[in-house]
Amino acid sequence: MIAEAGLAALWLAAALSLLQLVAGGLAVRGVDVASLVRPVAVAQGALAAFAFAALMLVFARTDLSVALVAANSHVDKPMVYKLAGTWGNHEGSMLLWIAVLAVSGAAVAAWERRLPERTMIATLAGQAAIALGFYAFLLIASNPFARLSPAAAEGRGLNPVLQDPGLAFHPPTLYIGYVGLSVAFSFAIGALVTREVGPAFARAMRPWVLGAWVFLTLGITAGSYWAYYELGWGGWWFWDPVENASLMPWLAATALLHSVSVLATRGALSAWTVMLSVVAFSMSMVGTFLVRSGILTSVHSFAVDPTRGAFILLLLSIYVGGALALFALRIGTVREGTLFQPISREGALVANNLLLSAILGIVLVGTLYPLGVEAIAGEKLSVGPPYFNAATGPLALLLVVIMAAGPLLRWRRDRIVALARKVALPAILLAGGLAATLLLAPGLRILPLLGLSIAFGVGVASLAPLWGRSLRRTPLFTWGMVVSHLGIAVALGGMASESAFSRETLVSAAVGETAEVGPYRIRFEGVTPASGRNWTAVEARLTAERGDDVLVLTPQARIFAAPPTETSEAAIATVLDGQLYTVLGKPGADGHWQLRLWWKPFVTLIWLGGGLIALGGLMSLIGRVRRERRPAIWAAFA
Amino acid sequence: MKAKHQRLTLAALAVFAVGGSAVLAMSGLKDQAAYFYAPEDAAGGRAPVGKASRLGGMVMPGSIQRSNDGVSIRFVVHDAAASVPVRFTGITPDLFREGSGVVAEGRFLADGSFLADNLLAKHDERYMPPSAAGPGKLTRTDTLR
Amino acid sequence: MRVKGQGLLLWAPLLAFVAFFALVAAGLFKPADTAVRSKLIGKALPALTLPPIVPGHPGLTGEERGPRLVNIFASWCVPCAAEVEELARLRARGVVIDGIAVRDTPAELSAFLARHGNPYRAIGSDAESRSMLALGSSGVPETFVVDAAGVIRYQHIGAIGPQDFEAILRAVEDARTI
Repeated sequence: MIAEAGLAALWLAAALSLLQLVAGGLAVRGVDVASLVRPVAVAQGALAAFAFAALMLVFARTDLSVALVAANSHVDKPMVYKLAGTWGNHEGSMLLWIAVLAVSGAAVAAWERRLPERTMIATLAGQAAIALGFYAFLLIASNPFARLSPAAAEGRGLNPVLQDPGLAFHPPTLYIGYVGLSVAFSFAIGALVTREVGPAFARAMRPWVLGAWVFLTLGITAGSYWAYYELGWGGWWFWDPVENASLMPWLAATALLHSVSVLATRGALSAWTVMLSVVAFSMSMVGTFLVRSGILTSVHSFAVDPTRGAFILLLLSIYVGGALALFALRIGTVREGTLFQPISREGALVANNLLLSAILGIVLVGTLYPLGVEAIAGEKLSVGPPYFNAATGPLALLLVVIMAAGPLLRWRRDRIVALARKVALPAILLAGGLAATLLLAPGLRILPLLGLSIAFGVGVASLAPLWGRSLRRTPLFTWGMVVSHLGIAVALGGMASESAFSRETLVSAAVGETAEVGPYRIRFEGVTPASGRNWTAVEARLTAERGDDVLVLTPQARIFAAPPTETSEAAIATVLDGQLYTVLGKPGADGHWQLRLWWKPFVTLIWLGGGLIALGGLMSLIGRVRRERRPAIWAAFA
Repeated sequence: MKAKHQRLTLAALAVFAVGGSAVLAMSGLKDQAAYFYAPEDAAGGRAPVGKASRLGGMVMPGSIQRSNDGVSIRFVVHDAAASVPVRFTGITPDLFREGSGVVAEGRFLADGSFLADNLLAKHDERYMPPSAAGPGKLTRTDTLR
Repeated sequence: MRVKGQGLLLWAPLLAFVAFFALVAAGLFKPADTAVRSKLIGKALPALTLPPIVPGHPGLTGEERGPRLVNIFASWCVPCAAEVEELARLRARGVVIDGIAVRDTPAELSAFLARHGNPYRAIGSDAESRSMLALGSSGVPETFVVDAAGVIRYQHIGAIGPQDFEAILRAVEDARTI
């Protein structure tokens, strides 16, 4: 029953999105149906949300007569993971995608009143057009509510690696980010259609972009931390195609949120802002395509199906191709922005956009390269961290340096001398940091070395906009910028430290033996059996000593029942200046056990930095909304 | 003069930045991408020495030898036509077994053997080609379910 | 206010997208190359001598004749269980099927056959996957269509699903007519 209700709601929502598109299109041309569009958008959002809730309920009850539940859940799973199983598969996650799409469209329809009504109608029509394609995909090629007859007995179970609190909530966060960017895309379409690209458009779009970006930042940060502790290799980013698929929209969205601020406050970079709005959501769609089509397999890939891939590719070409064509046709009619000199805040933001776009291009090329080579030359190859790190590292470092200097430049025109005075202190600290690192830790490779020094200098520089101001009266969105930029410096410091100073020890140890890693001496106390609700394990007990501190770590080698899988659960101890990361390997014939031990100084700064970046974005969002809400509230009540 | 050209300049810069980075990326990729080889390719001298590469095939039954330090192993990867000795130090993935498929990431040495930094093991049930391999922890590479 | 040259630049992103689309479409639509294809298609099936493993079925002696399927499977292989149904359908259409059980035990294999069905004529035991190597097979399950002259005509990688039934049947028909 519930499944059928969910399916019916989905069909109804699809029909409403068609109505929204048609009514919107007609209204833009002057037919008097504009009053339909907003209510229909809200209703569509409600129905899509209902459909998703129905799917969650079906998973919560482990209704094994629904094929999706039978394939992805199990009666014995803890409730949290039963719920998370809703989106741990292709169909469910596509339903999540479309629910977020529809609900964000509904939110825009309900609350956004700052733009001329015609532009808003065009925006909602754009949102409906996108939704329609994905509804079609879902209903035709990926029905989540299909029944299974006869019903399964137990369910195949969710991959044990997914049964983890961090990962359970990582997809929804990411999806709100990815799909939230669709709002920016629709705004751009609406503005191009009605030729309303300007500061008002930028001010209206900004909070939506910030909101999506905050979620995307959190989702990526959480995903990175999850991979770090779950996969047991001590790495936090693998340049896996699906990771890249989440990074590319983030890069575009970061450029977009800077560009939209310039357009909002200075009236410049209108073409950039529109283009980036299109690119950001296009990258979200490209990412979805890459992961679900099977052309690039990765550890994250959903069930591989070329026909689904073809469907998404078709949708992609319609939306992205259409938007880019619209851009080329209409952008010429948008007013040129106000002028600015190269040495100015606008200039720094242009450099910011260029560098982010260049990094985006490098990541995209690296991700698609294996595909291209195989299609053209028939050779199989893989592109991994050596390429990505070497190619993006220097550009990223340059970008971070510009990030420190940019906020200190004046709008329109500034002089190098004035800038030099403001950055003098951070620059000295950077040079000092570089010298200190060279002295204390010789032999580092160039990228981590520069990374450490730059992180230090930029961290201080990011606070510079606050110097000499009354902190209480500094606007919240300025604080937000400071916190986010500081977060980038902190994260960079963590990355460089992990790269430069991590120590690894790999031993085969008998019970009672010790090994050293970094400043710790680890003693292997023994192994005992352990078990949980749907797993059994061998657990090692390790004591780690450093001076007077003693830590106990218990890494496990686990076996899950349904589906039968072996995993390794690393044991991580976090101390003030880093993390001790321990993994239990295989037993040898002589009673020795393999142990892999890492000491990673300051590695937690990576995710702390990510959290700060997102926090800064949230502060900016709240700050902007508070400042601008007053007129809008009156308009909503009028 | 500046007004008319500002947008054009910015647009040109954009295309140059993205296009230029893509071109640089491609040339960097030539050196950094890891090509996949089967033992047959290695025997035929088609595998370059010293460059990052991947070697894929079956683990020859009876060939796994564990060394005294407990964490290094030697084994032989073979296909119908040839075999290549491999050395690896580290924790082997759970499904790494004799008679099973494996992809080793590392490089070929001058003596024709392969020094692996990383091993990815596959379920036999559905062998995916090495180009499809991701990190070997999730050894079923077709679904995340 | 349009400046010369600006027009061309404006269409650059769309052109870049078209190039991306072409690349990706090529990757998507080229024949699915998800495994290493046997180099023996068109060549003679290697003579395989494999001992029997379950009662009632001879092993492989290398003397088998006639157009048939050679199916590589195992009791521990989950997709193999699913494909037995299709093999039974093929058997019902008169197709002869010889099996090669890879790294299996008599007890588990008997249980597997009892549970899922038994379409096989002969079943040979291959404890070391030698036959897989000889046949250029890269995984389990895998099926080869062999004609009366002992030439391998067709290779199907992975489990035979309902959608593959017709293709395999046609390959067997072709194999009958040399």
